[in-house]
Amino acid sequence: MNEIQYISYKMPYLPDGPCAGKLIVIEGTDGCGRTTQALMLRKWLEVQGYGVIDTGWTRSKLVGQAITDLKQGHSLHRLTYCLMYATDLADRMEYQILPALRSGFIVLADRYVYTAIARGIVRGANEKWLQDLFGFAVVPDLVFYLRLPVLDLVPRVLESGKMNYWESGMDMNYGDDLYDSFIAYQGALIEQFDTMADRDSFITVDARQESELIQKQLRRTVGRYLEGPPAAAAAAG
Amino acid sequence: MNGLTQPHQFPGRLIVVEGIDGSGKSTQLQLALRYLQARGFSTFFTEWNSADLVKTVTKKGKKKQTLTPLTFSLLHATDFAHRLVHNILPPLKAGMIVLSDRYTYTAFARDVVRGVDRQWVRRVYSFAPRPDLALYFNVPIEVSVQRLLAGRAQLKDYEAGMDLHLASDKVSSFKLFQTRILQEYQGIIREYGLTEIDASRTIGEQQQIVRGLIDDMLKSFEPQLQAQETVA
Repeated sequence: MNEIQYISYKMPYLPDGPCAGKLIVIEGTDGCGRTTQALMLRKWLEVQGYGVIDTGWTRSKLVGQAITDLKQGHSLHRLTYCLMYATDLADRMEYQILPALRSGFIVLADRYVYTAIARGIVRGANEKWLQDLFGFAVVPDLVFYLRLPVLDLVPRVLESGKMNYWESGMDMNYGDDLYDSFIAYQGALIEQFDTMADRDSFITVDARQESELIQKQLRRTVGRYLEGPPAAAAAAG
Repeated sequence: MNGLTQPHQFPGRLIVVEGIDGSGKSTQLQLALRYLQARGFSTFFTEWNSADLVKTVTKKGKKKQTLTPLTFSLLHATDFAHRLVHNILPPLKAGMIVLSDRYTYTAFARDVVRGVDRQWVRRVYSFAPRPDLALYFNVPIEVSVQRLLAGRAQLKDYEAGMDLHLASDKVSSFKLFQTRILQEYQGIIREYGLTEIDASRTIGEQQQIVRGLIDDMLKSFEPQLQAQETVA
């Protein structure tokens, strides 16, 4: 069994110990179908007898609500924006992700450090600083990148009836029109994700496909990665 | 990007004081503020952990004792970033003298004692500009405890480092916690070239030294805003 690995910095106070679980990350811009895919993957894994927990972006008990509240106002600078995300992830890492990994769960993360880094870079934060800041996080076992070109994203977002202030990057003054701003902002995010996908060997999946086809690819890769049936399934069979 | 290791380019000046609780640094900074104001300088005062942005979150976390060393560190960094952007940078850019009671070095000392990685916390704060004058008030632990206990009845949990479980009573815990912080500061003073002041001397003696250091630092300073104000 492997030790838990951290991206660049292991906090000395965190206990050493084996990592019995796996961390699977699903990344991609807003509206690419991440959450749906994560839910389907979870059910599939559970049917096979794997214990699964999911963890979502800005869902920490500590600052999840504070981030939502702050986004209502306009006092968030890119530095505070990035640091709040880091606080949120740190809280979830210590109270959800690490305990789950130690006790052998599969952790499904709907977004991870890459979302925060991409958003930070697009807002003008220093890339090296962002990588160091999020360097405390656990290294994922698999990272799926659901790639959706910006022009395919637009109708999805409009049909779901929301092109909101933050998803359109309106805080960055790309343009005073939601549509123009959305295109520029989401386009810049996709560019960052593409760069990271190459560098950090994400598994890129074409998110323009039917939902079932996407899920099939995720299951095939995850299944191969997990190698063989889990203890519970083996005992039952 | 590391602001803390090279001089900043702003027209203003940044003075910070550091030291453990009860070192008398706040008193000294207050007196320095009066001195600068009396000399006609335009000044701005700020202190650690005072931004409204994360105050409620930090309070909630402390109350429920759910803060970990990592989230504790990150919340303080968030608070600092907010104050830097909203309170410290504008007066620095406007050519004022900014006085800060505690600065990034407080995080470098406290967070590392709590168990956060030494290099990581330095990287996190690398966006901060380097102070023009950084004073460290060095005080023996016994003196600081006496001063604090004489001033107020109760030590706060996190101030005493109760989350580290070093001792069961607050005074013992405080002593052990602050002793470790003192040790951590020793490395920081050398690393960042902080000016050490003997805080066991009298308030007046210390202030004389402080004012001398401020005068030296201000020799190269051209108070732009002040000049404009006088004309207006």
